[in-house]
Amino acid sequence: MIPEEMRSALARKAASAESPREQAIDVMFELQDHYGYMTDEAMEEAAGILGMTTLELEELATFYDHIYRSPVGRYVIHVCDSAVCWMEGYQRIIDYLCQRLKLTVGGTSPDGLFTLLPVCCIGYCDRAPAMMINRNVYGRLTREKIDRILDRLIEHSQFHEME
Amino acid sequence: MYPQVLFRNRKPDRIVTLDEYRAGGGYRALGDVLRKRSAGEVCRVVDEAGLRGRGGAGFPASKKWESVPADGAYPRYLVANSDEMEPGTFKDRVLIHADPHTIIEGMILAGYAIGASKAFLFVRPSYESSAAIMERELRIAREAGYLGRNILGTDYSLDIVVHRSGGRYICGEASALLNAVMGKRPNPQRPPPYPTVKGLWERPTVVNNVETLANVPHILRNGPEWFRGLSRSKTPGTKLFCISGKVSRPGCVELPMGTRLNEIIEEHAGGMAPGSEFKACLPGGASTYFLTRDNLHAGMDFDGMAAVKNRLGTGAVIVFDRKTCLVGATLNLMRFFARESCGWCTPCREGLPYMRDLLERIEEGEGREEYIPMLRLMSRQVWNSYCALAPGAASPVESLLDHFADEVHEHISQKRCPFKD
Ligand code: SF4
Ligand code: FES
Repeated sequence: MIPEEMRSALARKAASAESPREQAIDVMFELQDHYGYMTDEAMEEAAGILGMTTLELEELATFYDHIYRSPVGRYVIHVCDSAVCWMEGYQRIIDYLCQRLKLTVGGTSPDGLFTLLPVCCIGYCDRAPAMMINRNVYGRLTREKIDRILDRLIEHSQFHEME
Repeated sequence: MYPQVLFRNRKPDRIVTLDEYRAGGGYRALGDVLRKRSAGEVCRVVDEAGLRGRGGAGFPASKKWESVPADGAYPRYLVANSDEMEPGTFKDRVLIHADPHTIIEGMILAGYAIGASKAFLFVRPSYESSAAIMERELRIAREAGYLGRNILGTDYSLDIVVHRSGGRYICGEASALLNAVMGKRPNPQRPPPYPTVKGLWERPTVVNNVETLANVPHILRNGPEWFRGLSRSKTPGTKLFCISGKVSRPGCVELPMGTRLNEIIEEHAGGMAPGSEFKACLPGGASTYFLTRDNLHAGMDFDGMAAVKNRLGTGAVIVFDRKTCLVGATLNLMRFFARESCGWCTPCREGLPYMRDLLERIEEGEGREEYIPMLRLMSRQVWNSYCALAPGAASPVESLLDHFADEVHEHISQKRCPFKD
């Protein structure tokens, strides 16, 4: 169950649109943040708020790259595998991430912190190779830069656990 | 240095503020238009300027606006398309991060021209920073009286909201984008009815690329003559060109329409990257044809590209060097298109993976000569698809076979990729 406060905020959001289902993605994004991914329960909550059937919502959820219908880590790493990043060595980036995080493409690291997914061009072609982690974009990737980024995220997540 | 219009205020490291935009003459066109000019006049000025859509298709902006029927229903909608996902293309991101108010002012003027009361700016998830910037600047514009109820004290009211997408390439296609905004599965839809007649919620709706819209305030302020004079070709205005790949200075530059490709690469992108030698480029993003050294003199505009049997597309130049395997590059592009097919129609859903598999076998050293006519045949077949995604996907393949057949044969005869050691 989501907190009542969140439900009414989402309902207000849906009501403010031309039609509630216009807000389908925003509502799913918020529930996804809350549950970690779009669980079956989250799907039902969202469908209820949007006045859609869960099947109609499923049609959308399974279509979009950034809606997850199965569990993902706290940080989802989307590595661009389109033409320019391909040319500039995205394979090296993927290999390094797999080795360092002990995962495979599509998988989650043993500590449950990171999930690695390929993604189409993220508009950082002039700074290839590029990746995105939870909607933050990073370009001109090298091993050192990846290490810095990951170390910071790991540190950050530990800090949160202590709180 | 050429005249900068969309990038005139661009700062190296930050976003132009409202005050800076205003200091450069921003929002002056809006005040003049709302007080003194009719919607029809706005269309006429833009028509005289000859502004053509910058999203790829190149349709005249004023003609699209005028195709909203005079007696069409209300409310009407405007959608600014910044959903760029075409590999090599990032101009919309750069534009939003450079000068958001030129887009906002353009959206209000276009909204006025078609009688819209609500506008959407469509943004993809990987451009979350753009969405956040636009939301903030929209708020600032609203507080300054440029947006919302009775803009600048006139009768015209317009609301602009940012619509976040869940992220798929096909959403960039106008009819798919409209389905996406309405919370439907974003499959394209073939006209009729045209969206300008029945678009969002069956109401007249115009979809314009953000670069197209950003030109509008400048045209209204400086006039059609001025706009035509910016160009070096028959297509008026300037164009944002993205350059990526094996060049020294990849990035996005604003240049006159018709600037020659070799000038763009040599002068504006700093030439080839150290140690690399030019082999080919895709002149207008992933769904254009490979262009060889022989055609580098071609001008980058609609006619210039048509003259060398290519397309301007989004104006995104991706440069490949001698050491890059073009079979591998084409395979990468086909993987992209096969993955991004929306799955609605059979030629695309089935045809693109088939082509991808043939290319994959060639690249892996398991190719056979008869795959070449098969690829040719499939390239023609996918033209029977429902929207332009599949024909766009066939473009690199066709030109690979036309211009780099040797490279393909070499893969087949050597039973390996000659570029891998
Ligand atoms: S061509 Fe591809 S993307 Fe276009 S409608 Fe058909 S399946 Fe969908
Ligand atoms: S090709 Fe990787 S960001 Fe565009």
